[in-house]
Amino acid sequence: MSEKELGQKWDRCLADGVIKLGTGLGLGIVFSVVFFKRRTWPITLGSGMGLGMAYANCQTDLRLHYLVPKKDQ
Amino acid sequence: MHKAILVFLVVFFYSGGAAKVVTAGLMTVTGGIAGTILYAKWDHKFRETVEKNVPYSDRLLGLALGPAPQETGLSVKKQIELAQPPSMMEKAMKVSKAKQEKKVKETTESPIEVAKPVQPAQSLEEASTEVTHIISAISDVPSVPAPCDTEMTPVKEECKECHNHKVTAETAAVSTEIESVAAAEPLKERPVEEVTARLAQQDLDEQEIVASVSGNLDDSLASSAKATLQAIGAQEAALQAIALHTQKLKEAMEAEVPPQEKSTQWKDLEACLANRAAAVNDAGTALLKANEALDNLKSVIDKSKGRNVPAVRPLVLAAEENLHKMVVDLDKVVNKVKSAESEAKVVSQYSELVNEAKLQFQREVSSLTPEIQANWKGLTGKLSTDDLNALIAHAHRRIDQLNRELAEQRVREQIHIDAALEQQKLEYLKSQEAAVNTSLQHIKEDARLEQERKLSELREVMEAEMRTQLRRQAAAHTDHVQDVLKVQEQELKAEAEQVLSSKLLEQETRQRQLSQEQLDNFTLDMNTAYARLKGVEEAIDSHVVAEEEARKAHQLWLSVEALNYTLKTAEAGSPTKPLEVAAQAVRDSCHDNEFALALASALPEESLQRGVYSEASLRARFYGLRSLVRRVALIDESHNSLYQYFLSYLQSALLFEAKQEAPPTQLSGEDLDPFKLLSYASYCLEHGDLELAAKLVNQLTGEARRVAEDWLNEARLTLETRQVVSLLSAYANAVGLGTTQAP
Repeated sequence: MSEKELGQKWDRCLADGVIKLGTGLGLGIVFSVVFFKRRTWPITLGSGMGLGMAYANCQTDLRLHYLVPKKDQ
Repeated sequence: MHKAILVFLVVFFYSGGAAKVVTAGLMTVTGGIAGTILYAKWDHKFRETVEKNVPYSDRLLGLALGPAPQETGLSVKKQIELAQPPSMMEKAMKVSKAKQEKKVKETTESPIEVAKPVQPAQSLEEASTEVTHIISAISDVPSVPAPCDTEMTPVKEECKECHNHKVTAETAAVSTEIESVAAAEPLKERPVEEVTARLAQQDLDEQEIVASVSGNLDDSLASSAKATLQAIGAQEAALQAIALHTQKLKEAMEAEVPPQEKSTQWKDLEACLANRAAAVNDAGTALLKANEALDNLKSVIDKSKGRNVPAVRPLVLAAEENLHKMVVDLDKVVNKVKSAESEAKVVSQYSELVNEAKLQFQREVSSLTPEIQANWKGLTGKLSTDDLNALIAHAHRRIDQLNRELAEQRVREQIHIDAALEQQKLEYLKSQEAAVNTSLQHIKEDARLEQERKLSELREVMEAEMRTQLRRQAAAHTDHVQDVLKVQEQELKAEAEQVLSSKLLEQETRQRQLSQEQLDNFTLDMNTAYARLKGVEEAIDSHVVAEEEARKAHQLWLSVEALNYTLKTAEAGSPTKPLEVAAQAVRDSCHDNEFALALASALPEESLQRGVYSEASLRARFYGLRSLVRRVALIDESHNSLYQYFLSYLQSALLFEAKQEAPPTQLSGEDLDPFKLLSYASYCLEHGDLELAAKLVNQLTGEARRVAEDWLNEARLTLETRQVVSLLSAYANAVGLGTTQAP
């Protein structure tokens, strides 16, 4: 069912976003605590990076259909 | 232009910051436009693209540059194209394509060219016909009808030779009439039959002539022989008579016999003389006759010589020889007779002398003694002495006289002898001459006869040779004629056969035509009867067939109905049962009907295997789909970032459209908006028009389309299946209706 596909994509996106955000946050916290004397910027950086990666992945995922079959243009 | 630039520069350098920006912006804009215009002027393709893409640029460019230079380019192209065909024509005259484009002049030229090779052909034909005419004319020259030209001249020569030979033969053999005829027609050869006829005629004539001549000759020979023999006999008789007479005379002269016997002797003598005279006369007449006959024979011989028939010549020669012999014999006999006669003459002369002397004596005595007249010998007793004395004196005187005469005679003896010898010599000479002449004549005659004989022999030999040559010629001629005849025969046979075959063919074709007509008529009748029978049979069969068809149609209808029923077994949300079984049933019931079979096989595979969704389920599904489509309405190939997604969601949240809207009959450009389409589609669905709904949904583009793809497929499947089934049912109905028979 093609209409379910979009929903699946969104689910993946969200899942991926949550993971990435969490991972980024975590890594940022870790880095902030370990290397950067509890500053906030690694946390934000990490979360931002994670969010960004998630955004990019989501976009790519959503675009995938349009990107692939453009060989014969 | 320059002034504007100057003004701009002044404004640029003498104005403030914002104005600078504004002026800079204006400059760039105007520069861009000017650059576009210039480039468009230079490059026409660029101009066209600009005119196409920018809406009102064509007006602007037209103002600036003038109308687009398309016509000139086209005209140039056309000129080029026009220039090419003439060159093509010049180059490829013989190409058929070029021929179509030829001008009138060239078309007129070609017929002339065609006529020209035709004319030489015609002239050739004419020449050939002329040649054949000439050849046939040559062959028509009156000569032997030889078919082959090569044989003509030798044949002609041969013919001429034969003819010449024939002419010579004719002139040699036949009489003057034929000669003149032959001379009058020197070059025409008579046909063979005529020649043979003539030859036969000639032979016949010759034979006749020969026969006549031989007859004549024989007759004359016989007569002359007879005459000659007669003459010879007569002459011999005369000879004998003469001899006898002379002998008798001699005897009478010399012999001293008693008077009675003397008188008888004288009587005998006289009789002998008479005999001799008669014999001589007879001999003379016989001789005359013989001479006559011989003359006759000679004339006949001459005449027959004059005839110039070769066969006669030996006869003539023989006759001549006979004549000669006869002449010779006659001459001999005549000579004998003459000699005998001369002897007899001598003897007679002697006797005459003696008689004369006696008479003289008697006269003397009578003169002396005239009384004694009569036979003084009987009167010897009656004589007186005077008389006796007178007689004795006379006798003495006579003796004296005689002595004197004797002496004279003795004297003259020699002279007389000489004279006699001379006479004798003369006579001898004469006779010798005569004999020599006759013998010469005889020899001449002999020689001539010999010559004639030799000549005749030679002639015969020549004749024989000529005959052989002629025979050879004739043989050659007959061979040639045979060949010619054979060829002619073959020709005639071929011709006759051809005629015969053509006639036969005609007859055959006529026969065939007639028989064919008959056959056709019969076939027609048969066909009509058969057709009727067939019609009847067909009617019966068609009844059976129709029933069969009806049964089948019923079966089909039933199966289609079953198929239709399976369509209705769809439950909400799940598809129908697979249509395979029903479809198989349909296929089985219509395995001889192509249309139904095609339709049955047109059922989509999916529906067969999996079944189709019902309309209600599709409708339900559509509503879910609708909201989703609304949410991704803005997403397509170009706009598909996550931000666009957010915007699209925002749009769907903010935009409200009618739940259902009746779709117009024709969609315009603004109706292709997804929201509108969705409302149209839901309206259609509500009203049961799945097809239109599907069509409308088909107009979606981009992500919305992708999302609705599945639904669309399902809808298509359902629609397809429904269409096929409806067609089948319609067909089954139609067939069923069709098979119902009128009561």
